[in-house]
Amino acid sequence: MLNNTLLTPLHDSHLQLGAKLVDFAGWDMPIHYGSQIEEHHAVRRDAGMFDVSHMLAIDLDGPASKPYLRHLLANDVAKLGQPGKALYSCLLKENGGVIDDLIVYFFTPDRYRIVVNAGTAEKDLAWMQACAAGFDVRLAPRRDLAMIAIQGPNARSKFWQAYPGSRAASEALIPFQAAFDGDWLIARTGYTGEDGFEIAVPAEQAAAVWAQLLSVGIAPCGLGCRDTLRLEAGMNLYGQDMDETISPLEAGLAWTLAMKDERDFIGKAALLAQKPKRQMTGLLLLERGVLRAHQTVRTSHGDGEITSGSFSPTLQQGIALARLPLAVATGESVEVDIRGKLHPAKVVKPPFVRNGKSFVS
Amino acid sequence: MNVPATLKYAKSHEWAKLETDGTVTVGITDHAQEALGDIVFLELPEVVRPLKSGEECAVVESVKAASDIYTPVSGVVIAINQAAVDAPESINQDAYAAWLFKLKPNDAATCTAELGALLDSAAYTKVAESE
Repeated sequence: MLNNTLLTPLHDSHLQLGAKLVDFAGWDMPIHYGSQIEEHHAVRRDAGMFDVSHMLAIDLDGPASKPYLRHLLANDVAKLGQPGKALYSCLLKENGGVIDDLIVYFFTPDRYRIVVNAGTAEKDLAWMQACAAGFDVRLAPRRDLAMIAIQGPNARSKFWQAYPGSRAASEALIPFQAAFDGDWLIARTGYTGEDGFEIAVPAEQAAAVWAQLLSVGIAPCGLGCRDTLRLEAGMNLYGQDMDETISPLEAGLAWTLAMKDERDFIGKAALLAQKPKRQMTGLLLLERGVLRAHQTVRTSHGDGEITSGSFSPTLQQGIALARLPLAVATGESVEVDIRGKLHPAKVVKPPFVRNGKSFVS
Repeated sequence: MNVPATLKYAKSHEWAKLETDGTVTVGITDHAQEALGDIVFLELPEVVRPLKSGEECAVVESVKAASDIYTPVSGVVIAINQAAVDAPESINQDAYAAWLFKLKPNDAATCTAELGALLDSAAYTKVAESE
């Protein structure tokens, strides 16, 4: 292991569970604890948990927090009225390229929290600080927190079984809403297409919380199944489905851009001038096999490319997100070049699977 | 790591077994299945395809990655393991029972030389442990 490898507060817990560890954006993270597919099914059918402490929470504090975020983010925090409500947004460059995607939580007009991806955290923080010039707002990265995502149809009930005292604070939460429970933040959010919570707790409590959640039968799950779960749920992965060279309009993220009012935000002018030529679609492989990122997709309107592909454990079929020419319609037949041979696939509208149910067959 | 002493091994993580009838059975090692993770798809060579030792002839795909398979000996493919094609996870369960394909060597002398050039279990264990 390299000396500069980053470890989350749960690293020892992963080692004790016999996790297979891999490098992920400089962090030594569990890819699975035995079987990626069994972990995937645990989340779809029961409850699983992920160490997501490699992601970075950044707290915002100051009277200009709200105008700052309305300037910084492509989605509009003015939509957040109820305390604890959260919003998914892109962070854009002036030219409209995607710096990162993130979740922003609203506490008071002076106080917000943003959670960003691990691989982009330092870049995001530098950008956010540069953009804060002229705004009365302070940014505080919270490396003192650990984050655990508890996901699945039984995730909330098992969490309450582990922590009956947290039920009062979290029972009334609607999707995309969070509440403080002492020094914890409990959010009804996730990246799997299932119900559940993401909790942020002080790092020194992380191992005990993880052990308590294990004791009620919540399955430890690695980043491997996190990827197949989010892909089935039709959710983008930063760095794979979009990056600084890709417009959100060509990454299936138009729904996250609050463009219709007078508000100006970084990247808005560039987006208004763009004429997208490509679109994000889902693909279902119609033969046995596995779709992979960067495979070429042949369509009657020209070639496209798979951005994320895998084998869906729920559907038992190859699935992918692909950037295809704009003229390709849902339901259309296309062909994917797998090792030089063309294989038939069907264009579908993601998600593939959510809340345990197939959306495509 | 399970590395049976009765088999021969390629550095590229295939095993080969000389059967009593002179044919050779080929599969991937326990170390290989462990590294790949959950196996979900196999692409195997067609029966009657002639292969030269070291030739890329099959693909094993896990959820994580696709891995090319190289035949450790030369010969003509005489059988593929359809049961493993239908249930690729059987390789994760027992990589030495869930073989991939069987070859009929072109001639016994070449086959003996090719098998002799492969690693024994001790040498392969060292290769696998160094990864």
